[in-house]
Amino acid sequence: MGATLPLFIRKINMDRIITAYSHITENKVIVNDRLIFYQENIVNFADFVKIVYKQEMINYPRFYKMDAISKLGFLAVELVLKEKTIAGYRPEAVGVIMSNSSSSLDTDIAHNETIKDRSSYFPSPSVFVYTLPNIIIGEVCIKNKIKGENAFLISEAFNGKLLCDYADELFDNKRVEACLCGWVEVMGNNCNALVALVETADRSADSSGSGFKPMLFNAENMNFIMKRN
Amino acid sequence: MDELILKLKKEVIEQLNLEETTPDDIDPDSPLFGEGLGLDSIDALELIVLLEKNYGIKIEDPKDGKKIFFSIRSMAEYITEHQK
Repeated sequence: MGATLPLFIRKINMDRIITAYSHITENKVIVNDRLIFYQENIVNFADFVKIVYKQEMINYPRFYKMDAISKLGFLAVELVLKEKTIAGYRPEAVGVIMSNSSSSLDTDIAHNETIKDRSSYFPSPSVFVYTLPNIIIGEVCIKNKIKGENAFLISEAFNGKLLCDYADELFDNKRVEACLCGWVEVMGNNCNALVALVETADRSADSSGSGFKPMLFNAENMNFIMKRN
Repeated sequence: MDELILKLKKEVIEQLNLEETTPDDIDPDSPLFGEGLGLDSIDALELIVLLEKNYGIKIEDPKDGKKIFFSIRSMAEYITEHQK
């Protein structure tokens, strides 16, 4: 009897696969193993995300109102969902688990700039509302009408195991049927975002047709994608 | 008044990050909220900050906001009346 439980657990975990992913770094965008954008001489994050946004013909004026990290997370998710739709899921069945190391520090600094001088004290409401990392998830959920479980985790460095453990818990407890998992980090002009769509094998049949071979959802593969690109 | 209206349009575009909007796209008499530019409650707060920061005008009674921020023209008229 003792040997059957681990096998059972393993079977459940084997069932979860990465059906699409995007990985964005300072001047490069990879989607499902394909390089879709690369430019040698980009020095400015704001310019970079705007160029990619326009190249991908995303039409969502609210994008311009977001802070840097929300723009990055939003873009990474949009690129994933262009490859693989979640339209077949109930809004409550889709989860979003994001992570990074510096939380919303990039925007916190921008907010601090507006309040540090008492003689010119004009805090910007539109900056202040982004001084929480989970706003990224909010923006993604508003755009894609997602109403499932979500969490924003902070860890010193990208931690595939942490993401997988958290997402697996949601799948095991039937809280989600699909989950967007990843890492969204921005500090100044440095950025790194990896977002994966995780589904169960039986629900992933309507594949994107892009030729991407789904990967098992586990810490090794998440770490592999992050390091390889 | 026309000069102030144009200045306000440019300031609103910049302050509210309306990147794909030009001054010519904004009808000075169209409502700023609900339709037209489709601004939201955070944008309303930004407009209050804009008036204070750029024109030194503080809105004392929040109830006046609806009238003041109805359109670019109503903002311009309020600024003209209240700027010292």
